[in-house]
Amino acid sequence: MRKLISIIAVVFTFTASVTFAENLTIATVNNGDMIRMQGLTDDFTKKTGHTVEWVTLEENVLRQRVTTDITTKGGAFDIMTIGMYETPIWGANGWLVALDDLSADYNVGDLLPAMAGGLSHEGTLFAAPFYGESSMIMYRTDLMAKAGLEMPAAPSWNFIAKAAREMTDRANDINGICLRGKAGWGEGGAFITAMSNSFGARWFDEDWNAQFDTREWSDTLNFFVNMMTDAGPAGYATNGFNENLSLFQQGKCGMWIDATVAASFVTNPKDSTVADKVGFALAPDNGMGVRSNWLWAWALAVPAGTQKVEAAKQFIEWATSNSYIELVAANEGWANVPPGARTSLYNNPNYKDIPFAKMTLDSILSADPNNSTVDPSPYVGIQFAAIPEFAGIATDVSQEFSAVYAGQQSIEDALAKAQAITNDAMEAAGYR
Amino acid sequence: MARNIQNQRKTINTLLAWTLGLLIFFPVLWTILTSFKTEAQAINDPPLFLFFDWTLENYAIVQDRSDYMKFLTNSIIVAGGSTLLGIFIAVPAAWSMAFLPTKRTKDILLWMLSTKMLPAVGVLYPIYIGCIKLGLLDSRTALVVILMLINLPIIVWMLYTYFREIPSEILEAARMDGASLWKEIAYVLTPMAIPGIASTILLNLILAWNESFWTLNLTAAKAGTLTAFIASYSSPEGLFFAKLSAASTMAIAPILILGWFSQKQLVRGLTFGAVK
Amino acid sequence: MSGQLTTRSIARFMMAPAVIFLLGWMLAPLITTLYFSFKKYLPLRGGDLGWVGFDNYIQFVTASSFWPSVYTTLVIVVSVLVITVILGIFLALLLDQPMWGQGIVRILVIAPFFVMPTVSGLVWKNMFMDPINGILAHLWKFFGLQPLEWLSQFSLGSVIMIVSWQWLPFATLILLTAIQSLDREQLEAAEMDGASSVKRFVYIILPHLARAITIVILIQTIFLLSIFAEIFVTTAGAFGTKTLTYLIFQRVLESQNVGLGSAGGVYAIILANIVAIFLMRIVGKSLDAKAT
Repeated sequence: MRKLISIIAVVFTFTASVTFAENLTIATVNNGDMIRMQGLTDDFTKKTGHTVEWVTLEENVLRQRVTTDITTKGGAFDIMTIGMYETPIWGANGWLVALDDLSADYNVGDLLPAMAGGLSHEGTLFAAPFYGESSMIMYRTDLMAKAGLEMPAAPSWNFIAKAAREMTDRANDINGICLRGKAGWGEGGAFITAMSNSFGARWFDEDWNAQFDTREWSDTLNFFVNMMTDAGPAGYATNGFNENLSLFQQGKCGMWIDATVAASFVTNPKDSTVADKVGFALAPDNGMGVRSNWLWAWALAVPAGTQKVEAAKQFIEWATSNSYIELVAANEGWANVPPGARTSLYNNPNYKDIPFAKMTLDSILSADPNNSTVDPSPYVGIQFAAIPEFAGIATDVSQEFSAVYAGQQSIEDALAKAQAITNDAMEAAGYR
Repeated sequence: MARNIQNQRKTINTLLAWTLGLLIFFPVLWTILTSFKTEAQAINDPPLFLFFDWTLENYAIVQDRSDYMKFLTNSIIVAGGSTLLGIFIAVPAAWSMAFLPTKRTKDILLWMLSTKMLPAVGVLYPIYIGCIKLGLLDSRTALVVILMLINLPIIVWMLYTYFREIPSEILEAARMDGASLWKEIAYVLTPMAIPGIASTILLNLILAWNESFWTLNLTAAKAGTLTAFIASYSSPEGLFFAKLSAASTMAIAPILILGWFSQKQLVRGLTFGAVK
Repeated sequence: MSGQLTTRSIARFMMAPAVIFLLGWMLAPLITTLYFSFKKYLPLRGGDLGWVGFDNYIQFVTASSFWPSVYTTLVIVVSVLVITVILGIFLALLLDQPMWGQGIVRILVIAPFFVMPTVSGLVWKNMFMDPINGILAHLWKFFGLQPLEWLSQFSLGSVIMIVSWQWLPFATLILLTAIQSLDREQLEAAEMDGASSVKRFVYIILPHLARAITIVILIQTIFLLSIFAEIFVTTAGAFGTKTLTYLIFQRVLESQNVGLGSAGGVYAIILANIVAIFLMRIVGKSLDAKAT
């Protein structure tokens, strides 16, 4: 009997000590900053005793995977990496644990307002931003000088088009400007949507009617296609972020307008042949008061069904805290810390002087998802509309646009099709 | 004189076959070569073929970042398990359809193939919910069963074809010699069907190895196979080709080696001369 | 007499496991697909939103992308079949000949099938078909020609090329295994009787391969009807490369409309059945022929 009691006691103590150390499963994108986080997990385990298992996937696959899991309450993941598109929708559906009781150390107020705002629903934060980005112009200072031009800090589209044409040198394999044309709501679709905002266009009017039949959209596409035909790379209709990154790093682009996170890639001498010749400027506008830069954050959220809420929250706090930023800085240098999430980072003397830091901050600060268009619009989001139907519609529309870029369809036809697709889908979804 | 012509033919065959083979193999070769380049060299213009700084850094990174052995083990268990299970179920079925055909045999065969007509993505939600209810999410069991089911029609069809190649006279001869049904299968049918069974196993192993819909959608951290391994290296933001090439080489190496060793089985022909 | 009865029941018994498993595997998804197709099921909007009759079916088929997707699917399937069967026969014949290093060449030819479709797509898109950096672009420039924009100008052709490259090994391997079972004596006898190699091919080899060709066509068709990864990573469904499967994928996973996607799935089954019936008309006879 005594033996039995002692055995029970041992087992109880053992399990009691073990239950407090959880094993968390996290699903994340395979971007560089996340990979870095994966490599630093030991720090988290040391501090809290919890272990973490990583599932890293390509962005589109990840999005589908976590969406399937959360809508079916599968519980396969304790922490999910999601973006500004999903967070408000999922938060509204009650699928995410509210992050309203984070520790004082964490300093929620330090999060950039645009980031915290984009990741909240009705004032409650549902995902903690891991890194944030806007979009900006990256340009070749040498080619700009060669063309005899000077890039203003906040250029207009007309200037960009002119500079692109002057920098183009087909004989030497130099394209004046490289931009996304690849189909997909988050690829070429995101770019052209953000660009259209600066031309005064919007996706929907206040009654949720599609706006592709407006002059503003026609202007946007015409401008884009003309500029790319004269100054863009061949086959740009299938170019996304990575293709343009390769081109720029090989020195084949005069300018590139894309995510601010690209800045650390193009200025890295290890991969980029033009690392020391890059300048930055705000994304262009068309004089209408709205610039064409977008806003995005990859954030960490806790699905509502998980059993390990406390441990998951501890992880999120660890990964998006100031001490994490300092950890990365100590291990890999300040240029590689996750950008765009905290105000204090941009006041940090170590970070302020990095060439792209200021322009990144300015771009993020000038992007307002609640006021993304010149005319009022009923949706939140700059390069997307935070409604569940958007991803499907926008992918179809962007496929039509890509066909235009490939010279297979006229702009008028594409816009007519986009109009029809969007209105039909919105009607089927009950908006109109 | 005859020997010369034979050698001439052999030379032409060799040249032609090797040229075509290398052409077909070239993209794979390119991937393997790229795995030894740095990321910057991987996108170099003009493309670097053999003269670049060979490096093992990509393999080191991949090794460091992902638990290759876990993915490899899962792939072996899932692909191997589902194929063997499928063979186990399919051999009797194919045998009976090949040697004891009925009027319904063709219909049954076609029906089996029709079970593959529904695109997997159409049943993602029901299957996912089913796995949740059975507690089989992120488990190798679920994958083995599902992959077996999706490949079973193919295995049955292929075995059926090869069994039909075997003349029934041989089996009747064995039967008349007094061999029982099982002896017939074991000692007469199987040896003659080995090349067919071997190529069926190999092809289905590859199909299961590369299956990326269910292996990605039903797994998380525990049961992920090499397809999930690859998915973590494709299309992140930033240059990735050298790393993806290294990961791909590590993903196809086991199967490539297996294919190499199963060559002999695939090569051996049926010796009908002996029967006649 | 009793021997025959026993044989038949043995036959049924041996077929039973396969039939039972597949029956379950077919019925469960089919029933759930039908179930969802008559419902409005939007996971992001609250899940099960009630019965909607044939609305999903009508919506799916009246979408402007439906008929083009059916057309695209058929074009891809037929083209890849034609390419892989013809080249497959040729390669199988070639690899059956005496040569040096046969084993190695076989592995070289089979290798494309080992590569994951996603990786194939990415390698072909970026390493070969890229109009600026790709190897094919360099080859074109070497001959003084303007590089082609493969994926935007010849999108369907490019996809067909990639998929054919992937499936050629499958066809070759099955046909090669079939050729190995060919009766050499018959061939030699025909040669000695003076038949040309073309005649020998058409009258002896081809009929023997008929069943194997049928299998290749049927199995490949089933797989080709639902290819996805290659299109996803190369063109993302643009430029007329959206197949029916891709359309269903967009409805289920991007639009998050499971009901609509399920209706699409039913259409896919119908299409596949039509194709299968059509194929069986053409090649079905060789399934009945006795083994030679």
